[in-house]
Amino acid sequence: MLQVISLLLENKPGALLRVTGLLSSRGYNIESLTVGRTTDPTLSRMTIVVDVEPHLRKQVIKQMNRLINVLQANDLTEGPSVTRELVLMRVRAAMESRTAILKEAEIFGARVIDSSVEGFALEATGDSEKLDEFIDVMRSYGDIEVTRSGTVAVSLEPRKVRLSSPVPTAAGKSQTTNGVINA
Amino acid sequence: MSNLMSGAKVLLECLARENVDCIFGYPGGVTLPLYDAMYDHHIRHVLVRHEENACFAAEGYARVTGRVGVCCATSGPGATNLTTGLVDAMMDSIPIVAITGQVSTKLIGSDAFQEADTFGITRPCTKHNYLVKNLADLPQIIHEAFYIAASGRPGPVLVDIPKDVFQGNTQFAPVSAIHLPGYKVITDGHAGQIRRAAHMMWEAKRPLVYGGGGVIAANASADLRQLVETLGAPSVMTLMGLGGMPSDHELFISMPGMHGSYAANMALTHCDLLIALGVRFDDRVTGRLAAFAPHAKVIHVDIDPAEIGKNRAADLPIVGDVKKVLGKLNKVVAEIAPAHKGENEEARKAWWETIHGWRDEHPLKPEISGDEIKPQHLMREIDRLSGGQAIVSVDVGQHQMWAAQFIRFNEPRLWLSSSGLGAMGFGLPAALGAQFARPDKLVFAICGDGGFQMSVPELATIASYGLPVKIIVMNNGYLGMVRQWQELFYNNRLNAVTLDCFPDAEKLAGAYGFKGRTIDRPIELESALREAVNEPGPYLLNVKVSPYENVYPMVPAGGAINEMVLAPPKPVAVA
Repeated sequence: MLQVISLLLENKPGALLRVTGLLSSRGYNIESLTVGRTTDPTLSRMTIVVDVEPHLRKQVIKQMNRLINVLQANDLTEGPSVTRELVLMRVRAAMESRTAILKEAEIFGARVIDSSVEGFALEATGDSEKLDEFIDVMRSYGDIEVTRSGTVAVSLEPRKVRLSSPVPTAAGKSQTTNGVINA
Repeated sequence: MSNLMSGAKVLLECLARENVDCIFGYPGGVTLPLYDAMYDHHIRHVLVRHEENACFAAEGYARVTGRVGVCCATSGPGATNLTTGLVDAMMDSIPIVAITGQVSTKLIGSDAFQEADTFGITRPCTKHNYLVKNLADLPQIIHEAFYIAASGRPGPVLVDIPKDVFQGNTQFAPVSAIHLPGYKVITDGHAGQIRRAAHMMWEAKRPLVYGGGGVIAANASADLRQLVETLGAPSVMTLMGLGGMPSDHELFISMPGMHGSYAANMALTHCDLLIALGVRFDDRVTGRLAAFAPHAKVIHVDIDPAEIGKNRAADLPIVGDVKKVLGKLNKVVAEIAPAHKGENEEARKAWWETIHGWRDEHPLKPEISGDEIKPQHLMREIDRLSGGQAIVSVDVGQHQMWAAQFIRFNEPRLWLSSSGLGAMGFGLPAALGAQFARPDKLVFAICGDGGFQMSVPELATIASYGLPVKIIVMNNGYLGMVRQWQELFYNNRLNAVTLDCFPDAEKLAGAYGFKGRTIDRPIELESALREAVNEPGPYLLNVKVSPYENVYPMVPAGGAINEMVLAPPKPVAVA
């Protein structure tokens, strides 16, 4: 079963290695992993999707919390949250199918980011299942080349969203609100 | 400017501020600046003969004192040699700070001479590790390293320091603040949970206290003893917890597990409340998990939240320092005692009678023969000399289990064993570290003939510092534990377990300048051990024991702990 974990960790050398090393040493398979800066430059936000037996989910979170650089590890699998993934795709299109491709892209809310005689470059966001469908549909038109970003997620429970240190400070609270709005 | 200080000097100042008095180490190219600074410094450096043993010696030091042990190695091979010791400290939760040299920052990543990715290699071997890229960060990092190693669930921390950081100059500004926003240690224990636990303890008909290394690490032996005595409950201590309850105490049964006593394992199987303190439900204790303590509710106290529910679900979890939790628990248990007076008196009496019955049925008693020295006999004689007071450092294998079964420990921090990792070669260097920490104490290093030969180089360290360690080799000419498994589970197809060509102990010890002797007759045993103990310096006693003895009781791998094999299988008549 897939588990979505949101991590807030110190932006220090080796922090990524600690997280991935922990997952592999405990035998958990990483499905996807994304990492980016937060509004506080000393901290990073990581979204990890791991394939793990449901009864081990708590243990994964506890092990993450043992890492010195991890400020907070949350399980977003249950409870209100939003997950999104970005896909960038090139599709080679014959002249006669170009219009159909654009129609189809529109249905999936994808945008054209480049167009050439060879075909299109498209960008789409959504949850992973929807993107799977999008890719399937586009494949039926011709050769495609796909890059997926991996899942990013945010909890919709206000108390879980923290963009800075979990120590309650006035500044921290206002940033919490920002986090929810961005979702 | 005169008030500038070199990085190496800064490191030593930082170590001194952490009350380090002794470093076990081995120098090399990139640590030359550090060793040069040590020349003028009061911190004592102990030169071991292999980096792995530097870490084991630091562990021995840490295990007997409870303080952080410090070891030091050079870059590349020096650092990679440390790793076994680091993993050992990780598995047994021993506080260690390891300092390694690294090639200069400009050379990192260039495959320079003696370069290894120490930071990457030791990441899974440590509780936390650091690569110091700026001298300015060094005081903060060292302070954090000691804090992380010693606090919470203790463990090893490695600090990798490039040569140019040692050589740089700076104005030393001591650090006393810790800034680790991601490091959370919960020590106090939830008051409500503690109260509920206290009630459960009085309500239980067949309670059992199951204590482990956490009791020793938290220095909670006295508190544990108070709880056990107030409840009048039976107790077992794991291999890591031996000494946490005095072995002579009437409420102490013995060690449970794969080679635990019949009574201890039966008590675990039949208890209705398991009071688990600073334990991790290791597979060598639990056997088949599904059949472990099947009738028991579990109260689990541990400082590491990840241990709770990892192997066995807890009915009542308490995250906290065992000492702090026990301190509060003891108050509540005493406070509510009158309300529960006489509640389960009959049931508890019957519980004790059952346990005594198990103990009488299959006691742990040493085999003794007039013809050959039985290994159990050897341990019993060492026990008589120790009286539960000596420091005993063991290696890994059969002798380790017999020592755990037959040697008493009436205080914590006397028993040094590589329990989680099971690293052969641990016994001798750990004894050496322990003797440095406790020069006043009688220290035995009990090794098998296999493990001893893994740490023979340290005889030089022992001789060089004149450490009065009593090295007892239980020599059965085999890698005994492996042979035991080949005998029992691999159709007696013995392969690669015969250890012939053991050196003459008298000559070997003599070559290092101290006394040694080999014995093989039971009648010599007592006097030879006495001679070893009475010798003011080191002593190597090679005891040839009966070669085919196996450790019993034994729970076969994957078996339930109440399904013990209690004695060797009877010889089958050949038609």
